[in-house]
Amino acid sequence: MFKGLWRYRNFVLTAIQNEFRSRFIRSKLGGLWLILNPLSQVAIYALILSNVLAAKLPGITNHYAYSVYLMAGLLAWNLFNEIVMRCLTLFVEQGNLMKKMNFPKVTLPTIVTGSCMLNNVLLSIAMLTLFVILGFEFNFQMLWLVPLTLIVVLFAIGIGMIAGVLNVFLRDIGQVLPILMQVWFWFTPIVYPKSIIPEDYHGLMLLNPMAQIVNAYQNVLVYGRAVNLADLLPIITVSILLAVASLFLFRRASAEMVDVL
Amino acid sequence: MTLLSVKNLGKAFRAYRSEWIRFARWVGIPLKPSNEKWVLKHISFDIFPGQAIGIVGQNGAGKSTLLKMITGTLQPTEGHILVSGRIAAILELGMGFNPDLTGRQNVMHAAGLMGFSNDEIYKAIPWIEDFAEIGNYFDQPVRTYSSGMQMRVAFSVATAFRPEILIVDEALSVGDTYFQHKSFDRIREFQKEGTALLIVSHDRSSIQSLCDRAILLEKGSVIKDGEPEEVMDFYNALIAEKENSTVKVEYNERGKAKTSSGTGEATITEVVMLNEQGQIAEYIGVGEEVSLRIKVAVHRPIETLVLGYGVKDRLGQVIYGTNTWHTKQVIRHPSVGAEYEFIISFLANLGVGSYSVEIALTDKDTHLTANYEWRNHAYVFSVVNMSKAEFVGLAWIQPQISISNKKVETISQGVAS
Repeated sequence: MFKGLWRYRNFVLTAIQNEFRSRFIRSKLGGLWLILNPLSQVAIYALILSNVLAAKLPGITNHYAYSVYLMAGLLAWNLFNEIVMRCLTLFVEQGNLMKKMNFPKVTLPTIVTGSCMLNNVLLSIAMLTLFVILGFEFNFQMLWLVPLTLIVVLFAIGIGMIAGVLNVFLRDIGQVLPILMQVWFWFTPIVYPKSIIPEDYHGLMLLNPMAQIVNAYQNVLVYGRAVNLADLLPIITVSILLAVASLFLFRRASAEMVDVL
Repeated sequence: MTLLSVKNLGKAFRAYRSEWIRFARWVGIPLKPSNEKWVLKHISFDIFPGQAIGIVGQNGAGKSTLLKMITGTLQPTEGHILVSGRIAAILELGMGFNPDLTGRQNVMHAAGLMGFSNDEIYKAIPWIEDFAEIGNYFDQPVRTYSSGMQMRVAFSVATAFRPEILIVDEALSVGDTYFQHKSFDRIREFQKEGTALLIVSHDRSSIQSLCDRAILLEKGSVIKDGEPEEVMDFYNALIAEKENSTVKVEYNERGKAKTSSGTGEATITEVVMLNEQGQIAEYIGVGEEVSLRIKVAVHRPIETLVLGYGVKDRLGQVIYGTNTWHTKQVIRHPSVGAEYEFIISFLANLGVGSYSVEIALTDKDTHLTANYEWRNHAYVFSVVNMSKAEFVGLAWIQPQISISNKKVETISQGVAS
């Protein structure tokens, strides 16, 4: 499988490039929308919720602390959400191609991942620039973003591939997952600080891997703290397990996938 | 040396009572599928360099399933396919073209999808641009292309690199004639260099002119493999036989959908076409003596009853039509409750194609004064050329051709029969 991927490396790169390019061709602001979209989300939350929630953000005095907090969480969530959602419909959308052309199917999720990561890099650059404008200082803890991004990607691919493969056979998954993701989003402290959750439920938060990773993003970007790797160990383990499971599923299903598409 | 060796190939599409059973099978739980549909079974053949093989069969015979397994997109349920070399297919012309990108960018992408490295593609692009002959459009977005231009680019990419096996679908017959000639030349060139061609078509003439071997698939098995002419004859006979035996059912089903109008004093109760043997037939040979049997029931007292009919071609042009007024066979004061049977016999001196019969029940030579029933597409039949020399056109007009020159009296004299 990976040999095929290596042989098709050029194809994967041109595909990512083409996807990016086609975004600029038809719309005036092109790729800028990638950044404007999440930033407007930040603006909306900030506008509506800042008065309610900003006071609860402990330990920072900056006026824009809440906005920065939002951006940190959304940076992680956006990447996660984009990969999962695109993997979910990937095989169904590319069904025609898979039926007609013989090429390593593993290139498809690779292209999606690559293109989502590229978007995320652009978004991080935009956000970091905004941080500086809003009066936050750049610090070297921010380099933690690189390994953190990789963890999110691994976790998202695992979930996305499993959902995407199963969605070929059970289309309900394509309907259910967006709802679950919505719920998941609100059960992760992205828009609100962890501190507003009653102490009794903090244990439950530990079961949510995204809460751990989002927390790490916020620590790095808002507070400039180093990441505690021990905290991330569960999500790393889960991600690896999911990735292995998704590979197994993908290999098992790929023969039958074309049959039902 | 064989390029492609198919051994005991079989494909079953499995259905499960619940998809969860399918998922359970992946993790090794031995559950049985609720339904197994074998679309191909025990297929074996070998293909050698430079051969051109036609694959024929009716819809649903398993042609495309077989081709998909050869290209590798579908996995066989049993048996093996051994391929030495690359397989290219011209059946996915323009597959995956992004309308917003230019022809050149799409070519890069499509060739990448075929598994070529960037170096190889860069080397081939000038040739592709040349062969497609679409000028400046090559650097314009594909959405501005006509479908012919898109086809040209797609064909050029698909054949930029010589494959060991080339699958040619009917897709090739679209596009302008100039490019068709050019693409056939290209395919022939490949064949000379040792590429084997797999051609899928319903068109008898293209199979016979292109192929040196034909494989006939029927219900998922190879039932004939040999000379194209022999195989195609067998195929045509097969179609005719099959259609005849199912005519009745089809007729009844279709009866409901027919358009008819009228006041209903007399109605058409049956329309069938009988062939020379007196059997109900939907396939008729050129020149065959056939009869149209029409039964009419009279429900209310009427002065006169006239039956008119017309044979129309595929495009709705009336080829021939008349009525019993003109033939002076008007039925005066038909008895109420009786059923009249009309037998209209004629020679089907028609060209190959599909025809329909329309029928009208009236009182005079037009349907303007009274229209008891008018039925379009009352019967649909096809004319196939089973015994005559090949010809084109709407009618079978048997010629006698004599050729002579001034020195010798007669060179040849022939009758197309």
